[in-house]
Amino acid sequence: MNRACELSKANLITADAVVKDFSGHRALDHVSMEVPEGSVYGLLGPNGAGKTTLLRIINQITAPDEGSIYFDGEPISQDHRLMIGYLPEERGLYKKMKVGEQALYLARLKGLSKAEAMKRLKVWFEKFEIGAWWDKKVEELSKGMAQKVQFITTVLHEPKLLIFDEPFTGFDPINVNLLKQEILQMKENGATIIFSTHNMASVEELCDHITLINASETVLQGEISEIREKYRANKYLVTYKGDKEKLSGGLNSRFELLQMEENGMGQQATIRIQEGGRSGDLIRNLLEITEIKAFQEILPSMNDIFIQVVNDASKKSDPNT
Amino acid sequence: MSKTSLIIQREYLTRIRKRSFIIMSILGPFIFAAYVLIPMYFATMEDKDEKTVVVIDDSKLFSEYGPEGASFVISDTEYMKFKVIDGVPIETFKQGFDATGYYAVLFIPSNILSSESSLIYSTKQTSMEVTDYIRRSMETEIEHLKLANHDIQGIEEILADVETSISIRNIKWTKDGKTQESNTGVIMGIGYLGGLLIFFFIFFFGSQVMRGVIEEKTSRIIEVIVSSVKPFQLMMGKIVGVGLTGLTQFLIWMVLSALLITGLKAAFFPEMNQTPTEQVVTSDLFEGGVSNPSGQMLASEEQDVAQEIFASLKSINAGIMIGSFLFYFIFGYLLYAAMFAVIGSAVDNETDTQQLILPVILPLILGIYVMLSAMNNPDGALPFWFSMIPFTSPVVMMVRIPFGVPWWQVALSGSLLLGTFLGMTWVAGKAYRTGILMYGKKNSFKEIWKWLRYTS
Repeated sequence: MNRACELSKANLITADAVVKDFSGHRALDHVSMEVPEGSVYGLLGPNGAGKTTLLRIINQITAPDEGSIYFDGEPISQDHRLMIGYLPEERGLYKKMKVGEQALYLARLKGLSKAEAMKRLKVWFEKFEIGAWWDKKVEELSKGMAQKVQFITTVLHEPKLLIFDEPFTGFDPINVNLLKQEILQMKENGATIIFSTHNMASVEELCDHITLINASETVLQGEISEIREKYRANKYLVTYKGDKEKLSGGLNSRFELLQMEENGMGQQATIRIQEGGRSGDLIRNLLEITEIKAFQEILPSMNDIFIQVVNDASKKSDPNT
Repeated sequence: MSKTSLIIQREYLTRIRKRSFIIMSILGPFIFAAYVLIPMYFATMEDKDEKTVVVIDDSKLFSEYGPEGASFVISDTEYMKFKVIDGVPIETFKQGFDATGYYAVLFIPSNILSSESSLIYSTKQTSMEVTDYIRRSMETEIEHLKLANHDIQGIEEILADVETSISIRNIKWTKDGKTQESNTGVIMGIGYLGGLLIFFFIFFFGSQVMRGVIEEKTSRIIEVIVSSVKPFQLMMGKIVGVGLTGLTQFLIWMVLSALLITGLKAAFFPEMNQTPTEQVVTSDLFEGGVSNPSGQMLASEEQDVAQEIFASLKSINAGIMIGSFLFYFIFGYLLYAAMFAVIGSAVDNETDTQQLILPVILPLILGIYVMLSAMNNPDGALPFWFSMIPFTSPVVMMVRIPFGVPWWQVALSGSLLLGTFLGMTWVAGKAYRTGILMYGKKNSFKEIWKWLRYTS
């Protein structure tokens, strides 16, 4: 996707310099964020960074002290509630209520008529194979089944914006997969999705954009592909066949040998190209001293970037360490 | 359908379908009746055992000697018999007293007139009733003896003449000059019952609101709900829904009680409807019937009492009574329910609520105490002020109203309650919407006070 096309696309959610204070503690410090329509947006950050607070503000559960939120270009208002589906991190159901009755109640609170809610619930319950549990009380459900019910009630009214706060924690692997498929399906159908998570693998799998919040401030923001480009360390993994000594001895000084090992893949070496060097030069150098079986760039994982950025940020804020 | 009414509907339906609600609704009137009747039943049960008290009268002042031997001057009651035994030392009973079948031994020393004390011996604790009866009877007897010692002529006749028992009947004049019999006891009882019902209603259903809020917090459904509706809507929906549950229960109790009373009335006082009480009162007072009750009334004392109660009930303006009861009932509940909702929002589980509940219900308990004093002096300064303060007025005003309260006082008290309810609900809403999303916070009023200043 090219940049011009990206910009012309409207943002569904714009957070503009949002500040939220809780008696002496600043939960959000001028956090801004633009969520393009139709994207899957990852909100990342360590525990207590302020992710849930920001999501609550977008959901109008709490109001910001400063700054504002725009939904589709308009200042967010009560009318937008029905266009949002929210699965909070702290999620539950009324334990003593029957499953079907409860799903119906939550759907009607989101503005669906009784008949329409009934029709859609039937479809979803069938899809998730929990139809037999309609008349059971929630306390009789297993955790996994309760999670399915919660998920259904979040998406049932087919909102334009879906917000999932730590959706994968507490879900078993089968349901995580189910959830991922559904999230991608909803993206396909045109919904915009914001989710916060610690699970970096799922970020790489699902997200187009991210914002990384640390200690109430935005520390990293943008398209995933751009961020990875920015954080690439010029590291390459070479799988070769030949003499170890010859390789380590024969490398040009512009290339730094980081690690050598022998494993199931064969002989491997990790090499970093120093500032200004090019991968082509490295290949030429390697050809002279060994036989190359494979050559690939090591791209930083989101996990590495996350840890690096958070560590850098906390060093900056605390000069003593 | 609006979201608030959806919430009200859910709160109401889930509650009235609970087994405990159905059971309480049906059993309520019977439990109340049992509370009144069972102690009465036991009180009458207790005396059915015939007790024989042996009297050793060293003073000889309390014994009369007739052809059948000595008898005690204090007369026997239905279940208490006295037997004078002469010339036997008290020690003879010491051993094996239980085998004799006597209840106790009353020893009257020879110097009773100066010492003014006698002794009761028994192997068991002598009941209050027996002791009291003997004490009262001996007091009277000794008073008579002492008076007789003064050698006043015709003292016996004088004493008989002096002995009086006064009965007072309250007649109320209505504005149009009619007379109505009223019994202060019944009026107090009605007010007391009304105040007490309001107290229990507030406490019981207020706690239900609190528990409902805690349930939403602990089950973690709260955040899902408040992403769909405003916290204030949720709070009000819950308060109204629970309140309607309470009113429904109350209505069922009223209907069942009415049926119960009608049934009992038909079973035990079938003549009641044939004698309009007003007529009896009028003829009694104005047509010469001064002290002697008519033969008809003597015939059934119970019927007389029941008639008096029903006459008193008629003297209370039912419309005003029910209207004001409902007003204080509903708005008293609404005022306190908002506070209970805040307590629920401030804690993570029910065990943490204790320290927060106490300061909230303290005014209500104070109201009960003032209500008790108001029953004796409904127009005093204390009942007046406490029937104005909105936190106590629902309880205190209820006991004053049957005695008749100037309309401006009711209006003032009512508007103060209404205004405080609105203000309190607004403040409570602010604390509530922060509290419901807080977990693991120290639950104190200081913390709640902090929440009031958060933007939302």
